[in-house]
Amino acid sequence: MALKDITLGQYFPGTSLIHRFDPRSKILFTLFFITAIFLCKNLVSYGLTLVVLLVFVALSRIQPKVFLKGMKPVIFIIICTAVLNLFYTSGTVLWHFGFLKITEEGLWRAGFMVLRILMLIVCTLLLTYTTSPILLTDGLERLLRPLKKVHFPVHELSMMMSIALRFIPTLIQETDKIISAQKARGADFDSGNLIQKAKALIPILIPLFISSFRRAEELAIAMECRCYHGDEGRTSLRQLTMAGRDWGLLLFSAALCAGVVVLRFFGL
Amino acid sequence: MEPIIELKHLTHIYSPNTPFAHRALDDVSLTIFRGEYLGIIGRTGSGKSTLIQHLNGLIAPTQGQVLFEGQDIWSSKALTHSIRFQVGLVFQYPEYQLFEETVYKDIAFGPRNMNLDEQEIDRRVRQAAAFAGLKEEVLSRSPFELSGGQKRRVAIAGVIAMEPKVLVLDEPTAGLDPAGAAKILANIEAYRQANQATVIIVSHSMEDVARLTDRLVVVSQGKLPYVGTPREVFSHGTDLEAMGLGVPTMTRVFARMRAMGVDIDPAVYTVEQAKEAFLSALKQKEGM
Repeated sequence: MALKDITLGQYFPGTSLIHRFDPRSKILFTLFFITAIFLCKNLVSYGLTLVVLLVFVALSRIQPKVFLKGMKPVIFIIICTAVLNLFYTSGTVLWHFGFLKITEEGLWRAGFMVLRILMLIVCTLLLTYTTSPILLTDGLERLLRPLKKVHFPVHELSMMMSIALRFIPTLIQETDKIISAQKARGADFDSGNLIQKAKALIPILIPLFISSFRRAEELAIAMECRCYHGDEGRTSLRQLTMAGRDWGLLLFSAALCAGVVVLRFFGL
Repeated sequence: MEPIIELKHLTHIYSPNTPFAHRALDDVSLTIFRGEYLGIIGRTGSGKSTLIQHLNGLIAPTQGQVLFEGQDIWSSKALTHSIRFQVGLVFQYPEYQLFEETVYKDIAFGPRNMNLDEQEIDRRVRQAAAFAGLKEEVLSRSPFELSGGQKRRVAIAGVIAMEPKVLVLDEPTAGLDPAGAAKILANIEAYRQANQATVIIVSHSMEDVARLTDRLVVVSQGKLPYVGTPREVFSHGTDLEAMGLGVPTMTRVFARMRAMGVDIDPAVYTVEQAKEAFLSALKQKEGM
């Protein structure tokens, strides 16, 4: 079964500069970078963001082919975007066949769109590849802490997130096991029409739901046994500290955004 | 004796050609005979589960062949599918795979996948329930309101209802109380007697496998170092312990006595045999 091979928010341990950044600064960098991508309008600004991204990827010391693998699931969306932009942008016609026509503007737009999507994916992959899920949720919790003033349940939310992340591999394993067990009773998941295929999923989904509820209940009891009572007076094992390099990263991110805005104004 | 399943030079590698490649079975050959009671022992991660999932074609060998009644089970898709009904596999903790509204419907899932007619399905469900020790009135209840032991019986009945020629059970008594475990083992024995079925049981309880099975297979690090009668296998007591496996308590007692210089047969694994061995040893002493 290919279920095990899904790389969902996978983390690759390492000691590169990117790995050592504080999760908060990395999350903020990602947000700044995404903003910058959406503010890009011309060749120079796209070039600038692309170079920055490639330097960061190189600094992470994670093999480029891992990033390519992570892009696989969105190939279809990328192709759709490219085709739609290519044929449905009006402007100077370069080539036409019947009702299909390709314009110069369409060509540019399709190229930029594809580049934009690819950069979006790579920069988020960079975050999840170099930050362990625990650090990621810790960082998010700290970043959202100011929202507690307006009674937003920040701690509960991040706890839910880390529990969910923790149980993804367990659930995949469990699904594998249930599929095997039902196959052993002659269940057939591959043949038949769409409705028959959907019906064939019932023997997998019901046991999976039931065991998830059972697991949730057991976990709740286990947490209570260890006196978990929410956020009040809770300290963290991993103290997050912003080092000089983290402030540097933030400054750099802000400068990047500002740079892209300036480029946009000058229309370069 | 006539072979029913033959494994020929079976090798299974998980995630081949990746850094995570793991050789779970390494050139394993084994013949399983019709009507025998076979025990499989081995510690966690030794390759037991991989081995039994090859028996009914749930996973395909990386190299080697699995023959059922002389035919390669992977020679056609239809054959692979039909083998699942001939070789019934009950997984560990099978109660977690129940899904139907009633016990009856859940037991009928296997037979229904075999495209049998309603009358035959009904006969099989009732018979399987009886073999698994379930009462008639349980059939109309929801499987989720039963006790753990009862659920386990329903799951086992679900496999028995396919009337497989070979019944494979992975730790059928795990997590049950001694009385419940003994009852399930007796139910399995009843099915074996009635259908002249071949039964393969994976167990951690050396006492159980020693008492029940005709032949034992030891799995260790993807290989089968020992295959033979319990008597033969348990005579390698110290080697088994080095592999992280226990031997029945009686075998340990007798091996220790031999080490202390008592002239006694060390291949003893049940209380009855121990009694015999003591008596004959005493007789010998008196005769001298």
